Amino acid sequence: MTVGAGAPDIIALLREQVLERGQGADEAQVLELLNLGDDRLEELLELAHEVRMRWCGPEVEVEGIISLKTGGCPEDCHFCSQSGLFSSPVRSAWLDIPMLVEAAKQTAKTGATEFCIVAAVRGPDERLMTQVAAGIQAIKDAVDINIACSLGMLTSDQVQRLSDMGVHRYNHNLETARSYFPEVVTTHTWEERRDTLQMVREAGMEVCCGGIVGMGETLEQRAEFAVQLAELEPDEVPLNFLIPNPGTPYADRPVVEGPEALRTVAAFRLALPRTVLRFAGGRELTFGDLGTQQGMLGGINAIIVGNYLTNLGRKVEHDLDMLDELKMPIKALSETF
Amino acid sequence: MAATAKTFCGWCGDDLATGDHSICRKRLSSVDPPRFCPECARRMVVQVTPVSWTARCSRHGERHSPEQ
Repeated sequence: MTVGAGAPDIIALLREQVLERGQGADEAQVLELLNLGDDRLEELLELAHEVRMRWCGPEVEVEGIISLKTGGCPEDCHFCSQSGLFSSPVRSAWLDIPMLVEAAKQTAKTGATEFCIVAAVRGPDERLMTQVAAGIQAIKDAVDINIACSLGMLTSDQVQRLSDMGVHRYNHNLETARSYFPEVVTTHTWEERRDTLQMVREAGMEVCCGGIVGMGETLEQRAEFAVQLAELEPDEVPLNFLIPNPGTPYADRPVVEGPEALRTVAAFRLALPRTVLRFAGGRELTFGDLGTQQGMLGGINAIIVGNYLTNLGRKVEHDLDMLDELKMPIKALSETF
Repeated sequence: MAATAKTFCGWCGDDLATGDHSICRKRLSSVDPPRFCPECARRMVVQVTPVSWTARCSRHGERHSPEQ
């Protein structure tokens, strides 16, 4: 299909390029998708779903996450209610190991194959590394589930230690486009984050790297971000939508509108045809129930079930019922290696 | 005559009898656990897990999600 007598239509072009050949959309193409009108949204979502089914399959990867160390972070990520530099109502807390194991058990009961331990830190100190090591051992003794960690920026020694502990995947989000990052975080750089991701990959752990949509970035920067993620070749991309949290510099930012968010999901799928693309925080406000379902049929193939770190999510059974209705099987643990 | 005890909003920490708390209610019913003690408005220590939350006030003790 072509529009007028000029260049081929972007969706027809990407049908051949991404669906048939598996070559992800480039930056200009992603931008064109992000600028499509609402009248073409359904068509775009259909293609993104076909791409996901062709290159990833029907299975959905389910994950639960837990905050091991909450609040008091020295960094100034403007979206985050856990920064100690803002007047957020979130107070510092540490989770003990019995509660961590209980949370892993709760997560495994949902059918999840991944349990991610998260700490609000610049990078882990020795106390945190010791707690993580003890926590991972206790979980492994009690629950059959892959363990992921998200502990900020790492040294090469810490990367090796986490790998030796059996961490399956390490999450460290680039959060946004390189060109926009200095507007979002001033206490460290985009490049420092990327350095950690490179060490994680070299140590043999899976790389989980995504970001947050709706922090004031332009559509051009959103397209830039999608392609920067694709260049990194992450195993997983968690896609968050900004929750404007009180006390943070982004407290008054508007929530991303549903159609724009769905276009973003589909465009990221077309930039990253083979990656695990996960619905993460913010979908409850941005999409609601109907939009979540549309996202699952528009390129998403993984979800975080239940609550997040400091925010609440949908009830687990609602998401599991939705997957059942959509006839999307939950990926089994044996399929995750 | 005894003074009526105030009740505070779990989301913004203000007196529930004054102001508009419709946004607060929406957030508490969708994405946020309570952060302020309803009895004294102190910030609570909140721990969120995949299926529940607990919120502890240093003066008035612990509350938890309805499912627990």
